[in-house]
Amino acid sequence: MKFRYASAPYVVWSVIFVVVPLFLVVGFAFTDSSGQFTLDNISKVTTYTAVFMRSIWLSVIATVICLLVGYPLAFIMSRCLPSGQRTLTMLIMLPMWINFLLRTYAWMTILEHNGILNTILTTLGFQPLNMINTQGAVVLGMIYNYLPFMILPLYSIMTKISGSVIEAAQDLGANPFLVFARVILPLSMPGVTTGITMVFVPSVSTFIISRMLGGGSNMMIGDLIDAQFLGNAYNPNLGAAISLVLMVIILLFMSILNQFEDSEEKEGMMI
Amino acid sequence: MKKWYAKTYVSLVMIFLYVPIAVLILFSFNASKSRAVWAGFSLKWYRELFHNELILTSLYNTMVVALVASVVATILGTAAALGIYSMKRKWFRSAIMNVTYMPITNPEIVMGVSLLLLFVFMSEKMHLPLELGLGTLIIAHVTFCTPYVILNVLPKLRQIDKFIYEAAMDLGCSPTQAFLKVIIPEIAPGVFAGFIMALTYSVDDFIISYFVSSASSATLPVTIGAMVRKRISPEINALSAIVFVVVLAVLLIYNFISIRHEKQIQKGGGSFR
Amino acid sequence: MKRFCAFVCLLLIVTMVAAPTVAFGYTEVDTEGMDLDYYTQYKDQGLTLNVYNWGEYISDGEDDSLDVNKAFEELTGIDVVYSTYDTNESLYAKLKTGGTSYDVIIPSDYMIARMIEEDMLLPLDFNNIPNFKYINEIYCNPAYDPENLYSVPYTWGTVGIIYNTTMVDPEEDMGTWKVLWSEKYADKILMFGNSKDAFGIAFKALGYPINAESMEQLEEATEYLKEQKKVVQAYVMDEIFDKMAGGEAAMAPYYAGDYLTMKNDNPDLAFSLPREGSNIFADAMCIPKDAKNKELAEMYINFMLEPEVGLANIEYIGYSTPNDAVYELLPEETKNDPVSYPSAEVLATCEPFLHISSELALAMDEKWTEILTDDQGYSNLLMPMLLAACVIAIIVLAVIRGMRKKRDQI
Repeated sequence: MKFRYASAPYVVWSVIFVVVPLFLVVGFAFTDSSGQFTLDNISKVTTYTAVFMRSIWLSVIATVICLLVGYPLAFIMSRCLPSGQRTLTMLIMLPMWINFLLRTYAWMTILEHNGILNTILTTLGFQPLNMINTQGAVVLGMIYNYLPFMILPLYSIMTKISGSVIEAAQDLGANPFLVFARVILPLSMPGVTTGITMVFVPSVSTFIISRMLGGGSNMMIGDLIDAQFLGNAYNPNLGAAISLVLMVIILLFMSILNQFEDSEEKEGMMI
Repeated sequence: MKKWYAKTYVSLVMIFLYVPIAVLILFSFNASKSRAVWAGFSLKWYRELFHNELILTSLYNTMVVALVASVVATILGTAAALGIYSMKRKWFRSAIMNVTYMPITNPEIVMGVSLLLLFVFMSEKMHLPLELGLGTLIIAHVTFCTPYVILNVLPKLRQIDKFIYEAAMDLGCSPTQAFLKVIIPEIAPGVFAGFIMALTYSVDDFIISYFVSSASSATLPVTIGAMVRKRISPEINALSAIVFVVVLAVLLIYNFISIRHEKQIQKGGGSFR
Repeated sequence: MKRFCAFVCLLLIVTMVAAPTVAFGYTEVDTEGMDLDYYTQYKDQGLTLNVYNWGEYISDGEDDSLDVNKAFEELTGIDVVYSTYDTNESLYAKLKTGGTSYDVIIPSDYMIARMIEEDMLLPLDFNNIPNFKYINEIYCNPAYDPENLYSVPYTWGTVGIIYNTTMVDPEEDMGTWKVLWSEKYADKILMFGNSKDAFGIAFKALGYPINAESMEQLEEATEYLKEQKKVVQAYVMDEIFDKMAGGEAAMAPYYAGDYLTMKNDNPDLAFSLPREGSNIFADAMCIPKDAKNKELAEMYINFMLEPEVGLANIEYIGYSTPNDAVYELLPEETKNDPVSYPSAEVLATCEPFLHISSELALAMDEKWTEILTDDQGYSNLLMPMLLAACVIAIIVLAVIRGMRKKRDQI
């Protein structure tokens, strides 16, 4: 089959709109506002270590919780009847049709001091809780928005684990823990890594969620970048430097993750 | 799902997923504009939704951008998948695949920022007509949608038996005919899935659109993004409630039909396929 | 497949919905006294005008008010594309970034001064803005635009503390900016989400003039604002409307005019202008350098000065007007409201923001980010070290994996 040149338009397109912009980011990161070469921007990024640490830490928590919540759910789903599986997939995808900003906004209404949850608590005679504008609320927002991204890849891998494999392990005398550790977990590993990537990457670069649920003082990397380009502290060169560091962090994270997976079939995945 | 604790667990997660949506829909019936005050039941936001020009314009922009971008992305991506599939040089192929994975793995905010820099650079330094607007939005959306099309089409291409294509040629098909009659039907499901994915991502994208849109070309998510900085006008809640109900209805009908279909197959009688 | 069906239905709805659009509120202005020839000169040319304004800063037809943009469109046949920003700084960033052009913007005083200095504004042709005659002369030739070449005042007002009378003891605590630092109201205080206003308050509370004079003052104010962080519930801009109306917080510094809007939703709110003095601000209409339609922009500015239009805007926004014709039309009650139109003695304690040197301005932006992000004292070396650790981890893992593979092969 001779379609070799069919990809030419796409190659040109991605060079112009994917590769060149990334070089522009690098270029901006290493120049000052007058276009002279400088390393100031990169060294200034380190003054925002607190923001980076907070972002990474909160998204690690969110990713772990998503994994802990999503894994059993995906397993239960994969063991349902086909009609049940379809209904559950549908139920998990349905919320994604409503814009994430609106769903996050609804969480504000729920978590506020006089919000729905506290109203319920006080009518039941409990002390109201301080939930909004905390880091916990930000983590909750991330979990809520990205949980489906964890469940769906896990589920699609787990449907491929045949029930007979599990039965065979049980027949050979494995207790439930061993079945999980030696059979289910290794077989579902590709789903786990995909799920982790799909939750961690958007969480660590999230913006606006932290502003809505974190009260403005729980700034994350995404907010910082936004502030440099379209926000309160106009400085695109610094913004580009922060974006560059963010990209490096994610690249490193993914290559660590790739070490846990035999990625031969995924051709061309970076590193 | 026979065990009670599995059922409880699934229901708990579902409650977690649906409580905010319930709140959202509830507040679309709130008579007051404020999110904090419940002023009684009212349908006025559903009425005003149809008169809110800002929302309707954004909705229109969203539709235009999503349709154009996903059609272009589907064509571009399918062609690219064909090319990548028949490529001989391995290093070139893996280079292209790396570039393809980039928009998927790169954080969206970095994509948005880099495209913003590119468009500003092109319009101001190179004087190309690339002012932020619907055009730049479409370009950006095509850029992040195409990889999804490629990744949906490639596996289908790999499943094709190469000999069928050659057999068609032996039986007298011209290469074009062979392509149309053999390859296209085989990859069609992948192309379609890619198109749907592109459409969905495009309709829902906020972060990249936020950076590359202008005031007159704001899509619905961008408009909502500007609103959450002060307060959401409840018309948006009304719109989301409508979308939610429609999507729910469609999914239920689809589910219902496929269950009936399965039952018919099980009875052994009416298998259509 | 599922998603496709859904999408088709959505499309159907949209086409049904998008058919007739009628504006709410009213759009007919009384054209008597208006120069109709002037307003209709560009009719039927399909022109558009890009207006970029603060959020909630124009009468938009809600609650049967005048829909100003719609009225302008109907009168002149020009299409208005209207969008909003939430801080002066983000307006500045949007203009600086480029890629999109606006015809009319409404920045505040100090931002206008900065934009004039950086040559970002076009001088106005006042022949096209005859209604400038309505502007009270004390608002002409202001400090930010000394020769009045670039701007036409839109509103002015003061900054004060809005508080909830059910949660705050006004006798004991109000009257000073320092209350925003008080432990007593920990986690019940909202604070400005922009650097200029936040620093202005800190300077006033520390007894300095509202405009930074030196790096030392800036440092001191930074420390003071960091100290405030532990009692602040959230840093907000327009999110304040819902939060104060819903009783989420006990007090928040904000613009006087917005207090009047909030009070409609929550009658428990009250306003206090601290005795240290405050900020008096003015927002004015300008035309940025890259505007495409300068004449149309001037026509829009002129339209905004029409007494009836100005009145609708002022009643909607709640801010104070520099327009004499509008002031005359206001109800007596508003004219005598000390929140909107404070006495001369009170006004004497208020200072406007001025444009400060660009180093100080830049330092202020940086300090502000520092305030919002500061919590633990991380070493600057932490990040490079972490990244290095990641690289080492990758290498180690790869080596281990390689060795394991070899062993498996044997």
